[in-house]
Amino acid sequence: MSLIEARGLYKTYELGSNKLNALDGVSLTIEKGEYIAIMGPSGSGKSTLMHIIGCLDTPTSGQYLFKERDITSLSDQELARLRNAEIGFVFQSFNLLARLSAFRNVEMPMMYAGRSRAERERKVSAALERVGLTGRRNNKPNELSGGEMQRVAIARALINDPAIILADEPTGNLDSRTGVEIMKLFDDLSRQGNTMILVTHDAGVARHARRIVHMVDGRVDEAAGSRPIATELLAGPLGDTGPSASPAPAPRPPTPDLRPPTTGH
Amino acid sequence: MKFLDLIRTALAGFRSHKMRAFLTVLGIVIGVMTVISILSLVQGMNASVEKQIQSLGSNTIMVAKATFGMGHIDVDEVSKRKDLTVQDAEAMTQLPAVKMVSPVKSRQIGSVNYRGRKATQVEVDGVNADYEFVGNYPVESGRFITRDDYLRRASVCVIGSYLVDNLFPNEDPIGKLLALGNSRFLIVGVLQSKGSFLGQSMDNVIFIPFTTFELSFPKAIGFGGLFGMQIQVMSRSTEQIDDAVDQIRELLRRRRGLTYDKPDNFGINTQDTIRDIYKNITGVAFIVMIAVAAISLLVGGIGIMNIMLVSVTERTKEIGLRKAIGASSQNILLQFLTEAVILSGIGGLIGVGLGLGIAGIISAVSPLKAAAPIWTIFLGFGFSAAVGIFFGIYPANRAARLNPIQALRYE
Repeated sequence: MSLIEARGLYKTYELGSNKLNALDGVSLTIEKGEYIAIMGPSGSGKSTLMHIIGCLDTPTSGQYLFKERDITSLSDQELARLRNAEIGFVFQSFNLLARLSAFRNVEMPMMYAGRSRAERERKVSAALERVGLTGRRNNKPNELSGGEMQRVAIARALINDPAIILADEPTGNLDSRTGVEIMKLFDDLSRQGNTMILVTHDAGVARHARRIVHMVDGRVDEAAGSRPIATELLAGPLGDTGPSASPAPAPRPPTPDLRPPTTGH
Repeated sequence: MKFLDLIRTALAGFRSHKMRAFLTVLGIVIGVMTVISILSLVQGMNASVEKQIQSLGSNTIMVAKATFGMGHIDVDEVSKRKDLTVQDAEAMTQLPAVKMVSPVKSRQIGSVNYRGRKATQVEVDGVNADYEFVGNYPVESGRFITRDDYLRRASVCVIGSYLVDNLFPNEDPIGKLLALGNSRFLIVGVLQSKGSFLGQSMDNVIFIPFTTFELSFPKAIGFGGLFGMQIQVMSRSTEQIDDAVDQIRELLRRRRGLTYDKPDNFGINTQDTIRDIYKNITGVAFIVMIAVAAISLLVGGIGIMNIMLVSVTERTKEIGLRKAIGASSQNILLQFLTEAVILSGIGGLIGVGLGLGIAGIISAVSPLKAAAPIWTIFLGFGFSAAVGIFFGIYPANRAARLNPIQALRYE
């Protein structure tokens, strides 16, 4: 069975008498261990899709199965528990709590999971080491660089060993060099077997993924292709290419930018 | 989320806003401080009044023209009542449940002088020999008024220790002559000190024989004028006090020829009567105090609610993030509620501390004595925590109900 199976998702917002379909019948399957990018311009519905995949929101209609569980029927509390255990969020603006140290920020999801202090200490230290921030554990976000903040956020996303890591424009607030480092970290995480979902409008970010789903006007753009574009890049056994392989130039996917711009809001 | 983690999370919230947290709880601090200081002063007063009431003796009965009490005495009707008489007092000595009886008449004298020294507002009481026991006035030195003094209408007196201190600081008063009204009285004894009550010395008294009093001060005035002569009775034991009261009532009704359908035209008072009067007075004070406390806690609570609402708005993004990483609505509710309760609880503790301090200072510099039983402390703390829950629930609920997606987008 697939990790994520979405069939005919609709998300409808009522704006006065108008109905706006932010999602207009999206179907998507994601397997365990996949590295996928959801691409599209603003207003394409990619954020709405991300919220539903991340169990922050439920569709107006359609079916969403996460690990074969129907999410649409879950209560608020059950959704919270699911997010806590199965989904690691990485945000564009990092979303660290300014008054907490790096350690305490990473620790937070474990507190909501009700883990003991000893276990938290052990796992948070390991997670900080994994993102290369062992020496910065007691620093507060305002004492960290942008790249370091995003690493803390990634450590926080990993801390409960989630089924998917969901990153929303993870390099959007970073300079290009730091962005490359963060993407390298994502590539490593993917190679280690994590299921990664990138949500981005940046083709440079998206091409790190092995499959790109293009969204336009609330639908998956089949014409642009929901195809595995970077597979050839990472050809061969997974992970064997080493860290240097990922930033290598890749053929640009068929240009989504050529479409006429959607009416702005 | 574990309880300790909840508290840790809440505390982290204040550390970054120390000044704001302090100002938020100031209302609670002041409210609790007021309540605790007043409460401990009232408690201290209650204790000293209770001591006074008990010093009357649990088997003491005071018969007067009316029942002691507040506010509900018809002065005209009472002043028309028949005075008690010495014969009434003598008749009471024959009652089976009665041990001793003394007639009492009182008046206040503006000043008593002795060789250039002066004591003011002195109470002079006319009593008999048994009053030493009926009124519980043991003698420190010399002797009390005797039956012989009473029968001979002797011009002798027994004085309280306040008068000794003020009129005879360096000499033995016994054997000295004291001018009261138009006569001179030989001091034959000094009473043991009874201490002071609400800053008023209880030892500013002079006892003279009842018979002599009637000669020297024939005209009754003031409070004594309304109540006239009183008869103080001691029952044989504490257990027999109710019997004694019944027997006295029956005796007086018979002597006054009251038919069964007429109410008593006299009053019989015991320790309980006086305690009831006191409770009536302090009951009103207590209600006023509770009202003041309630208002200040209300104001403090509104302050907390106000700041919590600001804090929820300010931390919208944090709430969104917490929900995204797995906090349930209940977690968020508890987090904000815990913050409110810890804030108000700390305010309550500070208030209790300051209140006790103020009560301590007042009792150090004034005659009022403070006493704070342990329950006042728990009361202060408990009430402020309850205020925290009550006024925290609305902002906390608002935080809990935030939509995580919108909250995350909030800037």
